[in-house]
Amino acid sequence: MEITVQEFKHCDMIKVKGRVDSATAPQLAQALEAANDGGKYKLVVDMSELEYMSSAGFRALLGAQRNSRRYNRGEVVLASVPDRIREALELAGFTELFKTFDDPLSAVGHF
Amino acid sequence: MQTVQFAAKFEFLDEIRDYVGNIARESGFGNKDVYNIQLATDEAASNIIEHAYENRSDGVLELSCGVQEDTIKIILTDHGEPFDPSEIPLPDLKADLSDRKIGGLGIFLMRKLMDEVHYESSADKSNTLTMIKRKR
Repeated sequence: MEITVQEFKHCDMIKVKGRVDSATAPQLAQALEAANDGGKYKLVVDMSELEYMSSAGFRALLGAQRNSRRYNRGEVVLASVPDRIREALELAGFTELFKTFDDPLSAVGHF
Repeated sequence: MQTVQFAAKFEFLDEIRDYVGNIARESGFGNKDVYNIQLATDEAASNIIEHAYENRSDGVLELSCGVQEDTIKIILTDHGEPFDPSEIPLPDLKADLSDRKIGGLGIFLMRKLMDEVHYESSADKSNTLTMIKRKR
């Protein structure tokens, strides 16, 4: 799994490539925490090259969302969510917790 | 029914998913079902790795997988601490962000993605989790 971070004027984009499971979710959590720690609370998670995500990944996203939305300072949004992952997020009741966008640039434009 | 053994470590989740995924695909399950079977197995294995062998580094996870007619059966066996998924409360999917509990999500997904989930803890200290899914 590979994580890259790109800074935009009003938000940071965290691109997650590959598979997020219990082994790799800590790296995702760490990247999200690092953004928050750096004062960045408006985050786009680009899932265009995400192949797989288990509940370990959902947990990392949830933690980041809680932190980002505290004091209304920002939020985590999801971009290019693959169908399979969207279905699992729906099953887990997570789709109401995150705004989703069809592509990363629309997500960036949201902020 | 083929059985393989894995060290109870998260780094083997890839192989565990590949193992069940290949059997499911070869037996004619569609892509969506294959993904869901892999996800359910991942969630089950992750719970075992996390809870059964909490304080040990030498735990082993046995994985059996087979397809008969239109049904795939996946059996995970461990020899660690008993962990009964039915004792975990289901997550509240309507709770708002601050109230949403993280625990129980894996088990919830397993039950939703598979048709049957059974758990058994036997006297010889082996715990067996069986999951079944039928082709639609």
